[in-house]
Amino acid sequence: MNTKSKLLTGNEAIARGAWEAGVTVAAAYPGTPSTEILESLSTYDQVYAQWSVNEKVALEIASGASMEGARTLVAMKHVGLNVAADPFMTLAYTGVGGGLVIVTADDPAMHSSQNEQDNRYYALMAKVPLLEPSDSQEAKQYVIEAFRLSEKYDTPVLLRTTTRVSHSKSEVELLPRLDRIKPEYAKDSSKYVMIPGYGRPRRTNLINRWNRLAAHAENSPLHYIYRPACSQAPEVGMVTSGISYQYAREVFTGIDILKLGITCPLPQKLIQGFARGKKLLLVAEELEPFLEDQIKALGLGVEVAGKQYFPQQGELSLAIMKEAYTQLFGSRGQSPFSPAPQEVPSRPPVLCAGCSHRPVFYVLHKLKVRVMGDIGCYSLAVLPPLNAMDSLLCMGAGVGQALGMEKANPDIKGKVVSVIGDSTFFHSGITSLVDSVYNQGTGVIIILDNRTTAMTGHQANPGMGSTLQKEQVPVVLPEKIAEAAGVKNIQVVDPYQLEQLEKVIKKELARDELSVIVCRQECVLLKKEGIQERFFIDQAVCRDCGVCLKFGCPAIQVRKGKYLIDGIMCTSCGVCPSLCKFGAIKREGR
Amino acid sequence: MEDRKTCIPQNAGQDIQEDIVSVLLAGVGGQGIILAAAILAEAARLGGLEVKQSEIHGMSQRGGSVVSSVRLGRQVFSPTIDRADFIVALEKLEALRYAHRLKKAGLMLISDYEIAPVSLFTSKQQYPSHLEDKIAKTGVNCQLVDAQQAACQIGHPKTVNVIMLGVLSRHMDLSLQCWLQSIEQNVPLKAVDINLEAFRRGRQY
Repeated sequence: MNTKSKLLTGNEAIARGAWEAGVTVAAAYPGTPSTEILESLSTYDQVYAQWSVNEKVALEIASGASMEGARTLVAMKHVGLNVAADPFMTLAYTGVGGGLVIVTADDPAMHSSQNEQDNRYYALMAKVPLLEPSDSQEAKQYVIEAFRLSEKYDTPVLLRTTTRVSHSKSEVELLPRLDRIKPEYAKDSSKYVMIPGYGRPRRTNLINRWNRLAAHAENSPLHYIYRPACSQAPEVGMVTSGISYQYAREVFTGIDILKLGITCPLPQKLIQGFARGKKLLLVAEELEPFLEDQIKALGLGVEVAGKQYFPQQGELSLAIMKEAYTQLFGSRGQSPFSPAPQEVPSRPPVLCAGCSHRPVFYVLHKLKVRVMGDIGCYSLAVLPPLNAMDSLLCMGAGVGQALGMEKANPDIKGKVVSVIGDSTFFHSGITSLVDSVYNQGTGVIIILDNRTTAMTGHQANPGMGSTLQKEQVPVVLPEKIAEAAGVKNIQVVDPYQLEQLEKVIKKELARDELSVIVCRQECVLLKKEGIQERFFIDQAVCRDCGVCLKFGCPAIQVRKGKYLIDGIMCTSCGVCPSLCKFGAIKREGR
Repeated sequence: MEDRKTCIPQNAGQDIQEDIVSVLLAGVGGQGIILAAAILAEAARLGGLEVKQSEIHGMSQRGGSVVSSVRLGRQVFSPTIDRADFIVALEKLEALRYAHRLKKAGLMLISDYEIAPVSLFTSKQQYPSHLEDKIAKTGVNCQLVDAQQAACQIGHPKTVNVIMLGVLSRHMDLSLQCWLQSIEQNVPLKAVDINLEAFRRGRQY
């Protein structure tokens, strides 16, 4: 083989594909499972890549860059497209200048998300073509094809991955970057200014384009039919796309499989042709019956089955595929799993030892206030022993929820706080903060500022003073924004100072006005200085009361009935001595 | 193979799956599971095999249970594993958690090390005792390796993952050259020698 190749994750392969396609501008907000697309793309030459404060802004930047003729990529997790839905739906009307591809990384099984929505329906609603790769090589190839389609049909294109495609590695062929000449910008208000007078003809245009796309989808080289050398059941055919194809191909080795590369618009004639002579079409897809329902609606005169064999939630797997196989054709080898062994204690994720969020939730739990939460590492505070979160809806929602709660029941004043991380604040907390000021909220908004976007792996944000591509820039401080919005009571505290923290929270809760408390301490995983001091539990003083365990720090442990601090895990944050009223937790040398 | 109710032609790909070697790597966030999986996957690629590797990022980074799968063979489809030929567990409780995923003829390599989940303390439970016996009771074919001790002996407590790969390498049909080259490609330059040493230490088991 004279070409170069490499093992890449689907995300890295998308970045590679974008680079090979000649992309010059890319924007995203980090979110699992999409994060690594921009991280990877930012390392290529000739690409400007940025973290945006949210997905809506990212898409707006892409739109502008595309008008200027650049090929542009935007990446987001599935729920990110909800945030970007507003520009997205109208972008389908305006179309593009340079090619514009939007990656939606869906998360079946909710490995790291608050829901498991199937974003293929967005493509259908917006009348935008949708491509679904099933491994890294295809992810790269489909991105390049998506850019070609985007320019040929003057439309944004959705590329949909799922967690397994995003985060699994397979071999990818590396090719050179396309030598692309950027088209000149030409002012065209009737295309880009969507006042009703211009929008109506664009709607007609959109429908016509949809019909041309449907014709294109029929003959796309991205579709593929696998026909086994010797068919086991010629009357059965399988229709599938994305990662589901890989599971199907490994288990259903004896039947015809139609793998769709473009799933929106649906290639109706292709499916019709595939169904000819068959009695059953089995549709294998994760989440919703997106293909199944549309195929049923074609009225092909064959039986179409899908969700009666494959679940409507979670990921597909070899085990599920084998079960479907067994139902259809009888036994196939050993049963997928032996029974699980006796119960094994669970190991849920935890806030790190020394995490600066922990003291805040410890205090909130102690004060028995309602905590309107948000999305970030601090979501883990919902778990025992902190149990300190009452809600988690979406990015930025907690601040608005707290205001709504207070408006619904004025008696709970002083008993509701909202918590939001620094990156989340920039994402969509600012608007709800302004709303709270304007509508005279009286609650406490706590901004957990650990100087990074920690949950997704420490991506830069406007509070950090550096960009994705490591340029030094001015720092945006949440307290300055709160001040500009008109908040009168603003406190900045060090959450490691437990007593001071509690005092401030109590004082602000007692007010009859809105307060903002910024709890600022760098994420413990980013701290550069080594361990400054050692802490230990003095066995002679310890009364085995267990109060220190309620803090939930992984470094505080019980071994053979003795309470102790694990020296390897401890990051010397120094909070724990103030947990013990008997003074058993001590600094070494004191 | 047991009887099959339907007649599946022998050449229809039925046995392709049997050519695939599936390795499950399990442990606790922070132990270097993903890196170990990346080294194994690249070694197999260098050995001319098709490889797929899968893992889950995100919440699981924060001290939770982490699992990564690597599959190698002439042709690999699913990146995830149904039942594994090898399980490499970097922690004993995680070994027990995944023991039932091992094929009957498979082999499980377990690092003799305990990391207690925080959830145990807060629910006033103890880390389970006699885990070796509990794992043995599942009927899996396993080997307990004092990798943590070995890692401390060579002065690099965080190299347990690569020591365990060294142990695994003795049971897999991949050339030593592929392993060493993969380690060089996957770890930071300054850590190459340390990891090569750890790998060689593992091969002594």
